Parts: sequence; structure tokens; C-alpha cells
Amino acid sequence: MKLGALPVAELTTRLARGLDVDTGPFVVRVETEIPALAEELRLLYGDFPVDAGGGLADFHVSVRRPAGPLGLRRWWRQQAMAYLDDARPFEPLPIIMAVPMLEWSINWCAATRANQYVMIHAAVLERDGRALVLPGVTGAGKSTLCASLSLRDWRLLSDEFALIRPADGLVDPWPRPISLKNASIGVIRRWAPDARLSMPVPNTNKGTVAHVRPPSLSVARAGEPAMPAWVVFPTFARDAAPHLSPLPRARAFFRLAACSFNYESLGLRGFTTLSRMIDGCDAYEFNYSSLDDARSLLGALPLP
Amino acid sequence: MISGLLLEALRAPASMGALAPAEWDVLLRQGRHVGMLGRLGALAAAAGVLPVVPSRARTRLEAALEDVEQQHRLVRWEVIRLRRALAGTGVPIVLLKGAAYLHAGLAAARGREFSDVDLLVPRASLGEVESALLREGWEMEKLSVHDERYYREWSHELPPLAHPKRHVPLDVHHNILPPTGRLRPDPRLLLEAAVPVADDSLRVLRPADMVLHSACHLVQSGEHHKSLRDLGDVDALLRQFGASPGFDDELAARAAALGVERPLFYALRFVAKLLGTPVPEVTGRAVQRAAPPPPVRAAMDRLFVAAVEPGPPRDPARRTQLARAALTIRYHWLRMPPALLAYHLARKIGGRRRRG
Repeated sequence: MKLGALPVAELTTRLARGLDVDTGPFVVRVETEIPALAEELRLLYGDFPVDAGGGLADFHVSVRRPAGPLGLRRWWRQQAMAYLDDARPFEPLPIIMAVPMLEWSINWCAATRANQYVMIHAAVLERDGRALVLPGVTGAGKSTLCASLSLRDWRLLSDEFALIRPADGLVDPWPRPISLKNASIGVIRRWAPDARLSMPVPNTNKGTVAHVRPPSLSVARAGEPAMPAWVVFPTFARDAAPHLSPLPRARAFFRLAACSFNYESLGLRGFTTLSRMIDGCDAYEFNYSSLDDARSLLGALPLP
Repeated sequence: MISGLLLEALRAPASMGALAPAEWDVLLRQGRHVGMLGRLGALAAAAGVLPVVPSRARTRLEAALEDVEQQHRLVRWEVIRLRRALAGTGVPIVLLKGAAYLHAGLAAARGREFSDVDLLVPRASLGEVESALLREGWEMEKLSVHDERYYREWSHELPPLAHPKRHVPLDVHHNILPPTGRLRPDPRLLLEAAVPVADDSLRVLRPADMVLHSACHLVQSGEHHKSLRDLGDVDALLRQFGASPGFDDELAARAAALGVERPLFYALRFVAKLLGTPVPEVTGRAVQRAAPPPPVRAAMDRLFVAAVEPGPPRDPARRTQLARAALTIRYHWLRMPPALLAYHLARKIGGRRRRG
């Protein structure tokens, strides 16, 4: 059964007990009593299957309202706080930030625990069975590019995580909501007026944040991995002419490793996996200022 | 039923082959909480049940085993650097705990999660070792004046060291228990009896002393959610050494010579009770002499079992929290005489208030 098929009342009840959402590579048990979060989850995760419960979850995320001194926080300036089993990596935030907090919590779980993969901080898209990996430093425009491409010609594999399988080098999809910041929110709304976005949340430590519901087809194909073909390091520069320049493989390797969450902690396995991946890919640096240019240039990349 | 999952898995690893997904959900979370996911993976692999566990659980166990392998690789590399750094001093390197099990190739190292290196050096060489390490780039954790004094005067180790490029925590001990405590084993006995591993540049405690050290650590450690891992160490060591001729007599004799029969009494009692470890006969009888009076024994039984019990993954049970708090008080009580303890706590509480 899909999450979106649950009536709001039932979803709320099940979230209070803990609902297992099958996000593809990971089953996430989400537990919350914050009503607004249930509605946003329905919007963002509507296409994902939910498990009957009582099974094995990979991550356990509970977003609750801390009571605060004398229980005052229950009524006044409510907060959201994430409990990830015995870890509490984030300070409590105003309750309006519950959605970003949930997303950051799920990311935190993967980044710290999913060492069965070599994980790279990157957006990943797929076309004709081959994957385009867009590693990103903050502000490079990775998520905007990812949202724009996945809403047109490409299948969304992931906005934040390239999950590379050491055994065969394939990338497992994790098509969760795409996180947009500040001006990108308006850009994507204009780019795809029918895309569904969560309520923008102002004043987070990343500015205003909104999430894009992943395309239904990408979610339906969450079980289909893809082999990487292109590694493209994007840089957004206002008014810049679009420019793709080939990057030597050795340089691309080190830049990729620097974007990895766990390259160092995986030792030899990290090295073997990444070097094999880069051997099978073409790497580029990419400067762009318009999404139309990006769409046509990246769409015309030759196979390596 | 659910709460006994972790102990049952440690006691009878083959039983993991029959667990349902919901039970794995709990077991994996408990295992991570106590730092034993890698151990569970190693036990499941050794029992041959890894292929039949649900695939999501298998993935997690295999990932944990890979993590452990990498930790062990880092520790081995750190020990190589240590050998180089201390070569000029002539001070023998005696490894303790995880690093010792690893370098001695013991079963206790299999799947054991650890990321630090513990050394034992003669107290007289402490200054020389410290300056050699600092010269080779290790750095000492920045501490408050009180904490620095705490380590240097009242504890059995230097303030924590680490090399800034490798970040592997290094604890340099001059004894296995603090000099201010009730029990004061003579570290010279441990150092004299240490045995070489690989070549002669590395040593580990001899088997009986290794068991005694891990027993002391088990019942006098301040980290109670990690007690189960310590218990696992005692269990693995006893199972491995227990069969060697002479080990039993030696263990009893060394416990008496080092004056640590009480910790050994508790350790044997708890491994037998919780993990079903066979207790060596002679030693088992000998430590009865060091048994605490029955009311104390009963209290410790309840506290320890409650503190070790991992319980539900989030929010440990109230009982577990209380037991851990009580054991923390006991831990401080055993470490220092009352006046010193009062002084230390006053400084700690005062310091916290000033900062807050």
C-alpha cells in the first residue's frame, strides 16, 4: 500500500505508533505526533510504499515536541526535536521546521550508518540505463539542477546521496524529496508549474527551504539501479556562458573522494570502488547560468 | 522476551538463524547501542547462520563487520607508528585490551568494535614516553586545570593523546586501576610477566593477567552501556584460555598476587550468569574467599544485570537508568577516598555551574 492512499486520520494514527516507509534501499520508521508533519509527509512521500509494520526498519526517526521547562513548550513556541534511537544530533528547532528536520535526520542516519555503500554527497539522475552523478559543494546549484532535470527528461535517483554498491559499481536509487533553497524555490516553480512542493520554511540555517515531491515514475522504479557514465561537477554562475570542460580522471577521482561521506572509513574498499567507477566514466566541470542550457548540454553528453 | 534478545544471541549465536524481522529490528538497535554490532556479525558468521538471516539484517551485519575491519586496520597502523615513535626510548610497548587481543590474534578481537589504543608503561617511564610522543606529533587533549590534575595525580593514565592527522585516541596507562582506589594491583608484576607477540617489540599481558584486567574494567568502568562488551571480552578470553593446562591455577594465583580477587569474583559470576561462560574450577572456588557479604552480592547482582540489560532501543527503562546511576556512584566511590571524591565532585559541579 502507498503512503498517499492512507486517509489522513489513519496516517496520523499510524505515525503516532511508528510507520515503516519503504524508501528503496532503506526502510525508515517515522514516528511523530505533529499533525502538520503528517500532511507534509502525505504530499512528499505519497508514492512510497508503507509496510504493514512490525518488521525490520533500517533507520528509526522520531520527531517529537519536547515538553521544555514545566511543559511550557507544549503550548508556547512549540519545538520539534529528532530522536534517532540513542542519538540526538540536532538542537530542537521551531516546530515549523519539522519537515526539514525529518529530512536532515534521515540523511544523518544514512551518512553515519550505511557503510554497505560508498556514499558520495551528490545528485544522481538516469537516462537509458546510465547514471549522471552531480557531486555538490553547497551553493553549486546541484539540487536545482537535479530538480529541473528530474522534472523533464531524466529519472531521479537521488538528490543528496550517490549510493554506490562496492560489489558491482551500480548506483542504488534513493528518490527522496529534493531540497530547494531560497531563490531556487521560485526558479523550479516557474520551470515546472505542476511540480508539488512542500510549504517553504523560512529562517532555517540554510535559509528558506522547500522540498519537491519526487516524480512518481522515479519512485516506482526505486528498485532499479544504474551504472554511472558521467561525473559532472556543476558551478552556477550568474550570466555565465554554459561551458562543459573535460576533467582528467585522476583529478575527478580526488574531487569525488572529497565529496564522499565515508571514503576514508572504508579504506581499500572505498578506493577500489571509486577508482573503478571513475575508470568507467567521463568527468567534466560544468559552468551554467540557465536551466535550459543545462538541460540541452547534459542531455547531449556522449556515452564514455 | 524481546529484552533478552541480545544476551540470547551472544550466548547461543546459532539462535540468530531463527529470528523474525521484528526481532532483528530490536536486536540490531540494541547491538549498535552497546557497540556490539560487529561482534554479532562475527558470531553469526562463525555459527554459519549469516546466509539465512533476513537480507536487510545481513546487510547491516556485514556493514558492521567491514567497519570493524577498517577500525582494526587503523589500530594496527597506529601501533606501527607508536613503535617507531617509542623505539628510541627503549621502553617496551605493552598493549592492553582491544589492541592486545588484535595483535595476539585472539578470538576476543573478532568483530570487536574499538578505535583506541591502550598502552601500559612503567610509571617511571611515563615522562619519557610522553615527551617522545609529543615530539613525534601526538597532541594532548586540552583540559581544564582540574581535569589535568585529575589525570596526573589521581588517575592511572595520562590525559588522552591523539595524533592530529590520524585521530586514533591513545591512552597511556601506568596501572590498570587508579592509584587512589581501594584495590592497588602492583603494575610491576604485570609488566614483568608480559609476553611478546609477533616480534619482540610488542608485548601483551599474559593470559591470566589479561582476564584480570578485563574483569577490573568490567566491574570498575564508568561506561555502563558498554559493560556488555567488556563482559563479551571476559567471556571470549575465558573460553579461549580456559582449556590450556595450568591456566586455571595461574588465574587463581595471579588474582591473589595482584589483589583483584573481588573484581574477578564479580566478573566470573556475571559472565556465567549472563553469557553461560564456563568458569575455571580452581579459580571459581578461590574467589569465593573474596565474595562480598550476601546483601551486597544480591544488590550488585540486581544492579549489574539491570544496567547491562539493553532494554528497548530508545529511552532505556527507568530501572536501567537507576541501576546505571547507582553503579556510577559506586564507580567513583571505588576510585577515590571520600575526601578526594568530595573535592573532585565539588570542582565538577562548581565548574559546570560557572560554565552554565
